[in-house]
Amino acid sequence: MTVTVLDRTGSPEMRISTRGAAVRLRGVTQRFGAKTVLAGIDLDIPAGQFVAVVGRSGCGKSTLLRLIAGLDAPRSGTIEMDGATAGDAVRLMFQEPRLLPWARVGANVEVGLGRAGDRAARRRAAVEVLAQVGLADRAAEWPSVLSGGQKQRVALARALASHPRLLAFDEPLGALDALTRIEMQALIAQVWQDKGFTAIVVTHDVSEAVALADRILVLEAGVVAMDLAVDLPRPRRHGDAAAAAIEGRILDRLLRR
Amino acid sequence: MRRITPWLLPLAILLLWQASASFGLIRPQILPAPTEVGAAAWRLTRSGELWTNVEVSAWRALLGFAIGGGIGFAFGLLNGLSRRAEVVTDTTLQMVRNIPHLALIPLVILWFGIDETAKIFLVALGVFFPIYVNTLHGVRSVDRQLLEMGRAYGMSDRALLWRIVLPGALPAIFVGLRYGLGIMWLTLIVAETISASSGIGFMAMNAREFMLVDVVVFSILVYAALGKLADTVARALERICLAWNPVYAKG
Ligand SMILES: Nc1ncnc2c1ncn2[C@@H]1O[C@H](COP(=O)(O)OP(=O)(O)O)[C@@H](O)[C@H]1O
Ligand SMILES: [Mg+2]
Repeated sequence: MTVTVLDRTGSPEMRISTRGAAVRLRGVTQRFGAKTVLAGIDLDIPAGQFVAVVGRSGCGKSTLLRLIAGLDAPRSGTIEMDGATAGDAVRLMFQEPRLLPWARVGANVEVGLGRAGDRAARRRAAVEVLAQVGLADRAAEWPSVLSGGQKQRVALARALASHPRLLAFDEPLGALDALTRIEMQALIAQVWQDKGFTAIVVTHDVSEAVALADRILVLEAGVVAMDLAVDLPRPRRHGDAAAAAIEGRILDRLLRR
Repeated sequence: MRRITPWLLPLAILLLWQASASFGLIRPQILPAPTEVGAAAWRLTRSGELWTNVEVSAWRALLGFAIGGGIGFAFGLLNGLSRRAEVVTDTTLQMVRNIPHLALIPLVILWFGIDETAKIFLVALGVFFPIYVNTLHGVRSVDRQLLEMGRAYGMSDRALLWRIVLPGALPAIFVGLRYGLGIMWLTLIVAETISASSGIGFMAMNAREFMLVDVVVFSILVYAALGKLADTVARALERICLAWNPVYAKG
């Protein structure tokens, strides 16, 4: 796979057509039974920002993401995108690829196109997006023959096909091996730079958060306990000293050292 | 070689059978020689009797299967999709299931006489449950995560049904289909043997009255061949429809 990193400002038409959405959360609370998972979250994410959310397992990261993606409704509080409620402009990439096993790779990507266009146009659009994730030649295959990393790339292509203005990822790389993870991180960073959507990534891997995000949120006891800007130049290299320092600060917070 | 090996034993049995009959070890009134069964087959084929009866039996089987399978599929889908429908109908259906459908033969003859309706009714009744139960199970076990994905991508209920629920339930539906095909032949054999004026079962019972053992044996073989044919078609369909599933993929 070749990954070319484009300048953030490159290709102006593209950035206009799929510009990111600004997100605004006010007093967002979520409860399951007697358990309060999110306790009044206030959060502003500017358009096009890349946000990473980290936190201990079970602290409510997925819950928060599902609310932002509009899959669930909060107990109380409001979530607005550019002043409106979340709609088709948001896509959530799940922990699992969730491809339809009975649909070819191309048809799976077409799910992201909705009902737009005729057959030939849809097929062409699907192959085009698959090319962006380096899988243009796999459109005719069954998902079952792909590797875990390739399946996640197809899921990414499906999400991209719908031109999301906000793309949320729930530990999308959790099940991948180390090298595939790094490849996927580069790919996600690249499509984000190409398309200019707002990105929110949940991860339990702090170094991944530092490698990808402009801003890292630590979720703890139902609130944002730490909000940290990552001001490192892109493309980022793994093992960079400044990155390691930020990583250390977050780990200290998580492990209460 | 590997292709031939499985056929060696049946061939040996056939030769043994032929030899025993030729040397008079088995009386022809008990079991006629394979050659005589073959001769009977030739006779029945030439006179057209075979095709007429096969046609009648196949028609009964398929019509009964279509009716029973169709209703079973509809209820399986309905109850799989709607809790309320399941609460209303499932217990009743499960209760009826406990009555062996063949036990209804005397009642069915009282209701419908011995004409076509009786046999088609019995086949439909027998086929209903395997299709119902497996369709229900298939719809129930469709991956929730895929449904959630479909909804998140804005699929309509119709699209969810066609693109996620039905394909997801298909492997289980095929299990029901193949099981139902077995029950279909079994029911038909019993029903035709007990009361019929046409069909393969009638051909066998009629031959029995005239002590034509070769025709009786041939009729049994025809049932076996038709059952095998139905299963082969179902398997082929399964392989085509479930090609996405590595379990069914060829090679
Ligand atoms: N649908 C639900 N019903 C009940 N409890 C839930 C549900 N979803 C999440 N939870 C609970 O909320 C807490 C946070 O879950 P989650 O957001 O998945 O955590 P994370 O993604 O940070 O690991 C957990 O304790 C989990 O058991
Ligand atoms: Mg989670």
